Amino acid sequence: MENTAEHAICIRNVTKTFGPVCANDKVCLDVSRGEILALLGENGSGKTTLMNMLSGIYYPDSGHIFVNGEEVIIRSPKDAYDLGIGMIHQHFKLVDVLTAAENIVLGLPGSVHINRRALCREISEISHKYGFDIDPNKKIYNMSVSEKQTVEIIKVLYRGAKTLILDEPTAVLTPQETEKLFAVLRNMKADGKAIIIITHKLAEVLAISDRVTILRKGCLIDTVETKNATMQSLTEAMVGRSISLAIKREMPDNAKARLDVKELTCTNHDGVKVLENVSFTLRAGEILGIAGIAGSGQKELCEAIAGLYPIADGEVLFINKTTGEKDNLAHKTPTEIIELGVSMAFVPEDRLGMGLVASMDMVDNVMLKSYRSNKGPLLDRKAPKALAESLIKKLDIITPGTSTPVARLSGGNVQKVLLGREIAGAPSVLLVAYPVRGLDINSSYTIYDLLNEQKRKDVAVLFIGEDLDVLLELCDRILVLCGGKVSGLVDARGITKEEIGLMMMHIDDEFKQREGEVGA
Amino acid sequence: MSKHLGHHEPFVRMAKRDTIGRGKAALIRAAAVLGALVTGALIILALGHNPVQVYKEMVLGSLGTRTVLLETIRIAIPLLITSLAISLAFKMRFWNIGAEGQILVGAMASSYFALFQYQNIPRIPLLLIMFFVAIVSGGLYGLLPAIFKAKWNTNETLFTLMLNYIALAFLQYLQNGPWKDPMQKGFPKIAMFNSAAKLPKVFNVHIGWIIALVLMVVVAVYLSKTKQGYEIAVVGESRNTAKYAGMHVGKIIMRTMFLSGALAGLVGCLQCAGADYTITDTTAGGVGFTAITVAWLSKLNPYVMLIVAFAIAVLERGANKIQTAFKIPASAAEVLVGIILFFMLGCEFFINYKLIFRGRKEEI
Repeated sequence: MENTAEHAICIRNVTKTFGPVCANDKVCLDVSRGEILALLGENGSGKTTLMNMLSGIYYPDSGHIFVNGEEVIIRSPKDAYDLGIGMIHQHFKLVDVLTAAENIVLGLPGSVHINRRALCREISEISHKYGFDIDPNKKIYNMSVSEKQTVEIIKVLYRGAKTLILDEPTAVLTPQETEKLFAVLRNMKADGKAIIIITHKLAEVLAISDRVTILRKGCLIDTVETKNATMQSLTEAMVGRSISLAIKREMPDNAKARLDVKELTCTNHDGVKVLENVSFTLRAGEILGIAGIAGSGQKELCEAIAGLYPIADGEVLFINKTTGEKDNLAHKTPTEIIELGVSMAFVPEDRLGMGLVASMDMVDNVMLKSYRSNKGPLLDRKAPKALAESLIKKLDIITPGTSTPVARLSGGNVQKVLLGREIAGAPSVLLVAYPVRGLDINSSYTIYDLLNEQKRKDVAVLFIGEDLDVLLELCDRILVLCGGKVSGLVDARGITKEEIGLMMMHIDDEFKQREGEVGA
Repeated sequence: MSKHLGHHEPFVRMAKRDTIGRGKAALIRAAAVLGALVTGALIILALGHNPVQVYKEMVLGSLGTRTVLLETIRIAIPLLITSLAISLAFKMRFWNIGAEGQILVGAMASSYFALFQYQNIPRIPLLLIMFFVAIVSGGLYGLLPAIFKAKWNTNETLFTLMLNYIALAFLQYLQNGPWKDPMQKGFPKIAMFNSAAKLPKVFNVHIGWIIALVLMVVVAVYLSKTKQGYEIAVVGESRNTAKYAGMHVGKIIMRTMFLSGALAGLVGCLQCAGADYTITDTTAGGVGFTAITVAWLSKLNPYVMLIVAFAIAVLERGANKIQTAFKIPASAAEVLVGIILFFMLGCEFFINYKLIFRGRKEEI
């Protein structure tokens, strides 16, 4: 082996398969002390699998791992900790009812008694050293997503990690929080830590990393110096061919109001308001984007409109295209909404847990909403089968056939089945929640094209997104939610990512004024 | 720092298989049967008998002559219908382990007419009424936990289990009180049915076998070809999806559990009027629980249930036979049956997963 000793971590020819899927095929990767390595690749390219082998969650089928030049066997997360490797997962693993400090020492050997004062001092030292901002005595359930992430990072540092792996750390952060995180990462780098950051956001790769390792379909494509890379060159390496990154957006003409949401308020099981006095108008032939930190009420908003979430107060008025009559959809079940003649399509966030039946095939999934339409007690599978076949052709769905369970399809194809079914009903309102989450670039652009096509067909599209760059490029207007309240309703054609970021964080004072300008 | 870590990979690891070939799956199942037979043989040896002879006697005792074959079929009938009943609920992921109670309730309802109304009603209407009340009462007894599940999301496993004991205790009360046969001179037993209340026979077995075969086809069609069957499958997979699709989840749960209980209730009537000609606290006799095994082994496929129910009937009948032929205690015979079931259920693990041993790349 060549010069493995220079690197904090060296991965050589590691292979891991899951059944027929080869998640990693002879992948090599190095990271040095005082370096930030970006691990870039589309969803399903094997980034997380590779890192999970480094952190002891999976065990490789073959290959070698070297830490500080010495070959090691990592059988469990504990082995990984002992080797100074710590991973911050995409989904946090914290105990809600404990404080930050308690979570940080949880699971470590030591006496039953916790010396809280000494512990807090140590945590403060770590925080001070790297520029964290954290209150060790705050309970996790009172924390924002960004604070929880900070606790996860300190937890790993407290355990003496010298190599940190961050799995898509910015996916849940606002632009401002991302900047703060990057500052911390730079401090750690200066302190000699080796850092691997998993991401598929190109702008972030260019901003933070020293080198980039690119994976595609489980294979190592290349490792390049960030300073020699461009957005375009990285995309090509990641996707395998050059593609255009621009989303086209047409000016909506003659947009009429289609859905009028008035002072909508919803409360959850505990009586907490998840939506408060939300009012907006959704127009035909436009895409209205919803921006907000995860959990700001986006999901509830969609489900309340679709009749799936109980509404405490307010109205959802559907304006009939031809007659102009208004129907109040509040307090109605999905069946009642259909019976009113309102064709509303909804692509929920949880595709396989709500939008589709994972174990059923395409035919049975395509008829999920229409199976009642034919007479008699028996099912008609002919029409759905024909629809499934036409969807496969029209949307290039890759599947062995219409009788394969949808759970076996890749994320992009699952989404195409779901969106295809919803669009096939010729809706007048289309609600889509995080439609490109987990999709590769190609599939994402197919989805954007489909949404634009619906917009041209005079459908009112409500788009809940998480990538602000996409929201700004795709949508006509953007509604910003913060803690269940509307904190901004702006024209997407004249606003910056930073301005939206500010609105996501708190109620903007100038909001009312701006609403007056745009909403007219 | 890595000095304390030995350079060992884990001794054995599991990995999920991708799709497995039919031949290979059959091979694993055959190996499981063989493993069960060998393990059983060891136990028989330990008891001081010749395993080959004991196994031979089991087969002959359940299939060897026309008489024992009919007896085996008689065991398989309630098992098959109850498995069909359970599969309706299980397909919806509603864990109905209360078939035992639903059978007893159906049996009690039909027995009331068989014991006390046989003089007043002609034979054919009497039998039809007995079927009808068994189906309705079993259905209602199954509906009860479903209502609670639909309205308040109670745990149906505990609920249906407890209802078994209530049904059994009520039957014992009838047996010791109101329905006690005065002819038995104080012995707590319910009278034999009048011949008017006995089910007719076709080819020497009561007509339950025809009903069972018809129901098998009906349930198979119901589950795979009807709208209601489709709704059951969707609710079973995800209640969220069902709601999203505009299905009335509570209604579906209640309707399906009524049907499940109704089929189990019918079994009660068949047992009383077709097999036992009376009702006792062993009328259900564990069928409600054995049927869970049958349903599970058949992966809820009604046609496979026919084969599995018959195979289990063979085992039960064979176990009976070796008790008398070799004086093997009943409990030991049950251990043999248990071992076979254990191996059959256990081999599913090896069909879904493979094991990778240290230093080797091939799979089991």
